[in-house]
Amino acid sequence: MKRSDLVIIGAGPAGMAAATTAAEHGLSVTLLDEQSRPGGQIYRDVDRAVEKRGGILGPDFGHGRTLTRALRESAVEHVTGAVVWSIEDGFRISYTKGGRAAQVAADRILLATGALERPMPVPGWTLPGVMTAGAAQILLKQSGVIARRAVLVGSGPLLYLIAAQMVRAGTPPLALVETQSRADLRRAARHAGGALRGWPYLAKGLKLMAEIARARVPRFTGATDIAIEGAGRAETVSFRSGGKSRRLVCDTVLLHHGVVPNTQAARSIGVAHRWNATQAAFSPVVDRWGITGVEGVYIAGDGAGIGGAEVAEVAGRLASLQIAAEAGRLSEAERDRLAAPLFRKKARDMAIRPFLDAAFPPATEALLPEDKTIICRCEEVTAGDIRRYAQMGSLGPNQTKAFGRPGMGPCQGRYCGLTVTAILSEANGQTPDETGYFRIRPPLKPVTLGELAAMETPQQDAAE
Amino acid sequence: MKTDSAFLELEDSPRVAVWFDGAELELPEGANLAAALLAAGVGVFRHTPVSSEPRGPFCMMGACFDCLVEIDGIVRQACMTEVVEGLRVSRPHGTGGEHEAE
Amino acid sequence: MEADYAIIGGGVVGLSVAWGLLKRDHRVIVLDGDDGSFRASRGNFGLVWVQSKGMNQPCYARWSQESAAIWAEFAEELGNNTGREVPLEQKGGYDLHFSEETLEATVEKYEVLKEQLGGNYPYEVLGHNALRKEEPHIGPTVVGAILHYQDGHANPLKLLRALADDVRRMGGQVLTGKTVTEVGKPDGFRVQCSDGTTVEAANVVLSAGLGAAELGPKLGFKAPVRPQRGQVLITEKLPKMINRPSLIARQVDEGGIQIGATNEEVGFDDRVTQPGLSGLAAQAIAAYPALGRAQLVRSWAALRVLSPDGLPIYQESRDMPGCYLVTCHSGITLAAAHARYLPDWLERTDAAPDLEVFSEDRFSVS
Repeated sequence: MKRSDLVIIGAGPAGMAAATTAAEHGLSVTLLDEQSRPGGQIYRDVDRAVEKRGGILGPDFGHGRTLTRALRESAVEHVTGAVVWSIEDGFRISYTKGGRAAQVAADRILLATGALERPMPVPGWTLPGVMTAGAAQILLKQSGVIARRAVLVGSGPLLYLIAAQMVRAGTPPLALVETQSRADLRRAARHAGGALRGWPYLAKGLKLMAEIARARVPRFTGATDIAIEGAGRAETVSFRSGGKSRRLVCDTVLLHHGVVPNTQAARSIGVAHRWNATQAAFSPVVDRWGITGVEGVYIAGDGAGIGGAEVAEVAGRLASLQIAAEAGRLSEAERDRLAAPLFRKKARDMAIRPFLDAAFPPATEALLPEDKTIICRCEEVTAGDIRRYAQMGSLGPNQTKAFGRPGMGPCQGRYCGLTVTAILSEANGQTPDETGYFRIRPPLKPVTLGELAAMETPQQDAAE
Repeated sequence: MKTDSAFLELEDSPRVAVWFDGAELELPEGANLAAALLAAGVGVFRHTPVSSEPRGPFCMMGACFDCLVEIDGIVRQACMTEVVEGLRVSRPHGTGGEHEAE
Repeated sequence: MEADYAIIGGGVVGLSVAWGLLKRDHRVIVLDGDDGSFRASRGNFGLVWVQSKGMNQPCYARWSQESAAIWAEFAEELGNNTGREVPLEQKGGYDLHFSEETLEATVEKYEVLKEQLGGNYPYEVLGHNALRKEEPHIGPTVVGAILHYQDGHANPLKLLRALADDVRRMGGQVLTGKTVTEVGKPDGFRVQCSDGTTVEAANVVLSAGLGAAELGPKLGFKAPVRPQRGQVLITEKLPKMINRPSLIARQVDEGGIQIGATNEEVGFDDRVTQPGLSGLAAQAIAAYPALGRAQLVRSWAALRVLSPDGLPIYQESRDMPGCYLVTCHSGITLAAAHARYLPDWLERTDAAPDLEVFSEDRFSVS
């Protein structure tokens, strides 16, 4: 089995920046990523996409090319199409590539697994034609594919970005249905200080909103009672806004109310997580360098708490400086000298977050859905089922999983875990930390039994 | 090939023949299979084993497992698969048929 | 006194006993652990199994048979009471063999046991071709199987859910998130928990699985139970492809193929390992080659609750009469017997089963 000083999982901004930084300081680095080209989701397929449609995607997206270029020019071994399904002590990392299982060993691992869309269970969200807003962005970035008649539903800056990109592509969305209200904006105003320091970010947002307004895309705010209906696929979105019931006819519904850390890999190896009330999500417990409570395991980027692409890039570099120092490739003084400007940049970029979190809170009705709404897409478990299991003594998600199968499907709870914790917490009168989360085990992603069995025969390099 | 797609392709690129549930489609070579199928007018990728309800791509990033299709007898995520010439794709474990909603 | 019985442990064993006692109008309080407790009830393989049990102790084989025989009506009653089915299939199960030698050696032992059981051991040996007729997907290296007609399988999680539901429906109190620290006996029993909860009861049943190892000695038991790790795999939901269950694989009612299980002496480590998963996958593919293309969706490891000889322990405390230890490895198979027959044993009725052979006396150093 090949052994590296550092294995990094995820080739988004944090992973790419961390990999090149660690390699610069002389560490042998293996970077495992599921996609066939680097970029992660935020810079998905950036090298090809910028050439074809950089004008639509905008300059922030193009920045990703500086990271992919540095990665190409580095000594990092970038393994593309590598789906990691197990991390064990030692560390032994098992992954699938091209239909075959493979392994790599590492002294240290850095998880840069990024974010997932916050699950937004509303009635009808499992219908074909309903996707995440992130999915629409990925379709645009990677494939140049765009929904002809889409309604965007939810809250958060990403909605405006995707709407503006659709406008630029000549296919504006039919409407923006926004769940945040004026009261949210008033509350957010308290964080105006941070917002001012994050002014460039805010200015970009205002520019996006102007683009949307110029294209005369209707906006509905304070939307509640959201439901998607259709015979076998999404055909309408209904909601209440401004005291009126509305129903919009469309082909595609794009849901978004924020992103949350993707904690699957970290949880599978026992990293402690805590509820972050501001971000309404669990985050791994890490220090400012990305050090976790599990020796040799580091986390950088949105997977450590949502900060966005620029913060992720900086966090990746910081983690690698620390790792290089621990590995004896860098003195602590040198580490601190290199880190100082990075910490300053991170603080600047994070200044806008309190404002954003307050201005665009998650949609309450999707955090605690009504009884009939499916919350586990894989096993088709409803919110009402979870409430019944609470009455039957389920204190936490794992007994609930045993009772009713939420989280047992192939997505492993990625799109129901937070909802299950939220419903149980409410029903049992406990905090999310008391309620806890699903126990995540391998395989992190499905792997065929054939691939698993093929690892049973002693491998040639076992003697190495 | 279906033309009533809910999705628009911004650019044209060289196409290859791919089979989806017995129908021949011309999809962009090297494209993301899920994206290419959506653009070709395929909305329903599978029916769930629990309730036979139709599903299509949801997250496009390999996390939700709703775009599952069967290729060479193995159920895979369409959004994690590239279009290659002659690819034979079907709904997983024969979940098309009478439940067909399209 | 709040209750006639305090049951320490809210897994399948504890809830089965609680359910049986509630049916007889006893007042029952169950003290259950938290969401992260070691729970064999959530991780077991789900077989309702007779063959190979009690090869050296026919009483255990008989006890398993008695439970298997009444499992169907037990499951039906739970299903009717809760309005949700407890799936059970009892049309036989296989012991699959990859060599004639192991097959013959097993048959020899079964014949001895069959005689000890007065002939009540209905099994037949299927050669490869006969097996293939029953199981079209069976692999070429499987030389044959022992088909035992008293074997079957259930959905153990739906059993757990039904018991949890029905025990409450019948008026049982279930206190969750409790860790019992002390049991005192000033008059009746006082069961104390780490969070300050105290429960008073006339009798106590200790059915805390591995938790009995620590708590048991305080109550006058030896409680020599140890953990043994079993890793289990489950695939995506597949169209029907396995007819009858075996120890290697079974198709669960939801469609997934469940594959088991390792036997590992690793203490309280309940993690899965790549070598463990790979070994199980290889064995399952040898049995059913088509599984090579199936996606593994989940895996888990659970800790078996094993006594030194693998048999259950049913023991009343000598230091604290009225306090009972009930523990076993096969909580699913024995659930029906625990629900229907153990109350007689606890209450010393004329119908009480003779469980003397399962007492702790067998662990005495003579």
